Amino acid sequence: MSGFSELRLDGVRRRFGGRDALAGLSLTIRRGEFIALLGPSGCGKSTALNCLAGLLPLSEGSIWQDETRLDTVPPERRGFGMVFQNYALFPHLSVRRNVSFGLQMRRLPRDEVRRRTDEAISLVRLEDHAAKLPGQLSGGQQQRVAIARAVVLEPALVLMDEPLSNLDAKLRLEMRTEIRRLHQSLGLTTVYVTHDQEEALSLADRLVVLRDGRVEQIGTPQELHNRPANRHVADFMGYRNLLPMRVKAVHGATVTVDGAGVSLDGTAIGPVGAGDEVVAAIRPEDLRAGPHGVPVTVEVVEYQGREFAVEARTGEGVALHLRALERPAPGERITVTAAPSRVLVFPT
Amino acid sequence: MSATDTNQRAPKTNTSARTAWRHRLAERGMDRQLLLLIPGLACVLALFVYPFAYGIGLSFQPAQGGVFGAYREFFTDAYQRDTIATTLGLALPAAILNVAASVPIAYRMRGRFRGKRLLTTILVVPITLGTVLTAEGLLNYLGPAGWFNRALMATGLTGEPVRLTNNYWGVFFSLVITGFPFAFLLILSYLSGIDPTLERAAATLGAGRGQRFRRITLPLLAPGLATTFCLTFVLAFSVFPSAVLVGDPAGTTRVVSIAAYHAAYEAYDYPLGSAIAVVMGVVELVVVAVVLGLRSLLYTGATGGKG
Repeated sequence: MSGFSELRLDGVRRRFGGRDALAGLSLTIRRGEFIALLGPSGCGKSTALNCLAGLLPLSEGSIWQDETRLDTVPPERRGFGMVFQNYALFPHLSVRRNVSFGLQMRRLPRDEVRRRTDEAISLVRLEDHAAKLPGQLSGGQQQRVAIARAVVLEPALVLMDEPLSNLDAKLRLEMRTEIRRLHQSLGLTTVYVTHDQEEALSLADRLVVLRDGRVEQIGTPQELHNRPANRHVADFMGYRNLLPMRVKAVHGATVTVDGAGVSLDGTAIGPVGAGDEVVAAIRPEDLRAGPHGVPVTVEVVEYQGREFAVEARTGEGVALHLRALERPAPGERITVTAAPSRVLVFPT
Repeated sequence: MSATDTNQRAPKTNTSARTAWRHRLAERGMDRQLLLLIPGLACVLALFVYPFAYGIGLSFQPAQGGVFGAYREFFTDAYQRDTIATTLGLALPAAILNVAASVPIAYRMRGRFRGKRLLTTILVVPITLGTVLTAEGLLNYLGPAGWFNRALMATGLTGEPVRLTNNYWGVFFSLVITGFPFAFLLILSYLSGIDPTLERAAATLGAGRGQRFRRITLPLLAPGLATTFCLTFVLAFSVFPSAVLVGDPAGTTRVVSIAAYHAAYEAYDYPLGSAIAVVMGVVELVVVAVVLGLRSLLYTGATGGKG
């Protein structure tokens, strides 16, 4: 079952009680790719993962591994590794027996089972804990066992269901690097589910943004970061300022918008014409205090290490989130600007 | 002035010393709430511990034969001694069958589905009926003129009625009917305490349905099965009403409790009755100890479910 050149999801749909949890996901995964399914909770990303693993039957559509139809194959015969959100380690088996479980299910020779188990355990650096039960390990160690158990079979596809969501912030960063390192060294095709855009951007080769069971955008981290396809993706990718405005003038790709006492130049994403209602999306880090621009009053200042996160309000009471290098005083009046290329204008 | 000062200070230090002492006691779990235990404790002492100790004492005071006379009388008389084997012969298979039959049914019923509550209610109803009603039902249904035998004879499967009551089988069926709901309810709750994602994880690792049950669910369930077995065994071992009503109380289903009843209330030999009761308790304890001893060899920690 290992080794395929592409895995194709063709209009995969899953209904729960008459409601679409996943409405027609079509996606081609190339060998060795790291795909992140990204979206808020309830967007259908875990449903998609369970459909891929074979733990949920499809309501419609099909899954193909090259020319083999996969969605009718039971999970135990798909040969995919899966890392569960709560790790799902077998509590009655030692770390070693957890990791070797899949190898034993394949009835591999004893020597090979031992060798590959040892390799996987040392890959996640748990040699000292191999004889312990999962209950005796910390959360991060349990996570590493779960990963070792999934990758020891060298599966054609590794599925990860929010594997870092139960860890604290520091461990989450470490494990993120660890997962990326494993992917680089083993080259395993991976589908990774997360609601954390930063995690998805840093890990994945391609991202699939889902909302209400539908695909909003598929693209590389750069594409999603710089050119979100619509306002929902923009919202999810950290465009914190979403200002409802009206188009004043269009000059090619550059449009001038105004509303709420603010006038801005921005870049149109999609068709917009003069007089249209639009949403202007700007990241806080692209909105800077400068000598010219929109006058605002500083309201809240948060220290964030290198810089300050500022919430300010325009004369008409619209809140703006921006970054500043020096601490502005609350109540101070400043002017803010953004480069037209970093102001994205979406039709509503 | 100084005299009044010390007078005022003295009671204060006294109170604070008493408060500190009370705090130290409270840290060890000793406070006034302990007084709430007294009524319960008194009931347990008066209604259980004292009669129990009295019974044990009585068993060592037979009219003749010295301290162990009653025990010697029980174990030297084959008619009395064999009641242990008879009771074990009923209680062990019944307990094993109850546990074994509950596992697949509870396994199928651990998820959510339509009509689960109705099905659970039907399975649990025998608890509420009591042994006498069950015995009467068995006599009517399985007796020589009951529906079961009439159906068998009508279809020509047998020429004469199959004897299923007033013998071993009558008592055995009665024990299964009354013991099954207990076993089923206990095992259902143990099973729903096992995280269902464990089996899903095993499936992604290549384990088929049978392997998932055998290698994941069963080992996690085994301690619960041992506990359930002990409880249903103890229930079945003290069988009395059904052994009399649907059994053959003078012969094949003369169980220990019948022997004790005869000794105490028909022969008025209280020491022998007490001795038989003590023997009965010891046999139960031995079986339970063996099962729990085996259980302690198993994994008994968290099973990841909702408990």
